[in-house]
Amino acid sequence: MPTPLLQDATAIVGIGTTEWSKSAEDSEMVLALRAIRAALDDAGILPSEVDGLSSYSLESTEEIEIARNLGLGDIGYFGRVHYGGGAGCGVVGQASMAVATGVCNVAVAWRSRKRGSAASRPWAGVSQRVGGNPQWSRPFGLVRPVDEIAMLTRRYCHEFGATREDLCAVAMAVRAHANLNPAAQMFAKEMTRDSYFAARMVSEPLCLFDNCLETDGAAAVVIVAADRAADRPSPPAWIHSWAQSLPAQHQTMTNYFCDDPLRGPAWSCAEQLWDRSSVGPGDVDVAQLYDAFSPLVLLSLEGYGLCGRGEAAAFVAERGIGPGGGLPVNTSGGGMSEAYIHGFNLVVEAVRQVRGTSTSQTPDATWSLVTSGEGVPTGALLLRGGDR
Amino acid sequence: MSAALLPLPDESSAPFWDGCVRGQLLVQTCTGCGRRRMPPRPMCPACTSLAHSWIPSSGHGRIWSFVVPHPPLLPAFTDLAPYPVVVVELIEDPMIRFVGNLVTWPEGEINEVDPTTIAIGQRVHVVFAAPVEDGNGPPMAIPRWIRD
Repeated sequence: MPTPLLQDATAIVGIGTTEWSKSAEDSEMVLALRAIRAALDDAGILPSEVDGLSSYSLESTEEIEIARNLGLGDIGYFGRVHYGGGAGCGVVGQASMAVATGVCNVAVAWRSRKRGSAASRPWAGVSQRVGGNPQWSRPFGLVRPVDEIAMLTRRYCHEFGATREDLCAVAMAVRAHANLNPAAQMFAKEMTRDSYFAARMVSEPLCLFDNCLETDGAAAVVIVAADRAADRPSPPAWIHSWAQSLPAQHQTMTNYFCDDPLRGPAWSCAEQLWDRSSVGPGDVDVAQLYDAFSPLVLLSLEGYGLCGRGEAAAFVAERGIGPGGGLPVNTSGGGMSEAYIHGFNLVVEAVRQVRGTSTSQTPDATWSLVTSGEGVPTGALLLRGGDR
Repeated sequence: MSAALLPLPDESSAPFWDGCVRGQLLVQTCTGCGRRRMPPRPMCPACTSLAHSWIPSSGHGRIWSFVVPHPPLLPAFTDLAPYPVVVVELIEDPMIRFVGNLVTWPEGEINEVDPTTIAIGQRVHVVFAAPVEDGNGPPMAIPRWIRD
């Protein structure tokens, strides 16, 4: 089989974030500018060299403002990806594709978000009548993302025998990683089984600690072609393969109307990802799995083939996903315990792992998987360390 | 029942919601290949036919899953929380599913069923409350479910 066209054709050579907080003074624009500037400095690349921009369709900071503030060059590629937390890996992947095909030379991908204040929560703005897809769920009081995912979670537990103990194990493992990361919002807060079960319910069967954080902050990465990647200040994180997937008959978030709702977008995304890789799921050294809610980690472990269907809870219990576990997951603390930037901090952490600079470093991490939201049209990146 | 958050019908969904006002749970059905689809949409994904009709369902189903939201919630639901929300699959076609609420009578509140008594697989049938006025459009009725 020929090597897929885009395999190892590009690399992430710069990463940058702001600090994470519940209430930042900076605007989303200033946060974005800080993160992008940090990523370019990390890459040793001047803003004037940037000619590609990629972000989420929900991103509020516009390309023209990013370019005019940072003094970017003439932009030859700009694109956006839909579906909220499903977008992140596609944002990087599409930028990578533009670089690999010569449409641009230096691409920046970013996400900036102020979510800490309650007024900014999108579902809080709903009033009067609801149209579109939400007309089939919100009139019945299924109003927040957590309610929508809790519905799948209950069904998952019913079909595969998982319990709240298994969700607790995920939340505690991710928290243990965060407790090693001084930048994480939950760095100083330990989670015990008792504190998990004492937490208030948000949407049964999910409690507070099954939910991601509310965070103000921004994260950015810089992507260049292979010939420019090797002489950067930090080792390149090769984009070995990437994929997006909007599966047949999928409905975003309230994905209850297809034949097998628990076989979500991760499954079809994984097929593409592994088809384009020289390795398989068993070779993954460390994974950043989108964790807006703890059950998404279980669904993603199964969807990406890291364990068998229905076996994620046993995998977490027996192989371990915390520090020192057989497959460390969300090693910066993820969305539940580091910061929730629509999954873009997961991309940054996946790069740190192949650089060897994570605060919860996996020894000799070469194959670093990062995924975007499960339950929505999604994407995934398989990063590789070492020489090209 | 309390005046809740009502749906905003569109071209595809209006016949469904009109059916609810008449006390019927209608399912959009392709005239070309006979396949049912939910939520409604203009084209059949199996045969690309734009022709369809609205066929009354049996109104009988099974609980596929359920959740129990707690605050913080939208104002319309805060005072009723915690309350169960179910997904029901139709008996005659389990791929046709509806999000809904359990009640004990058509005008009941959505929090009147004890969540600890609910289980996946329980049989339910549809009922409709009298159409609700919210001042934002024509009166609307939404389907609700009573356990058999």
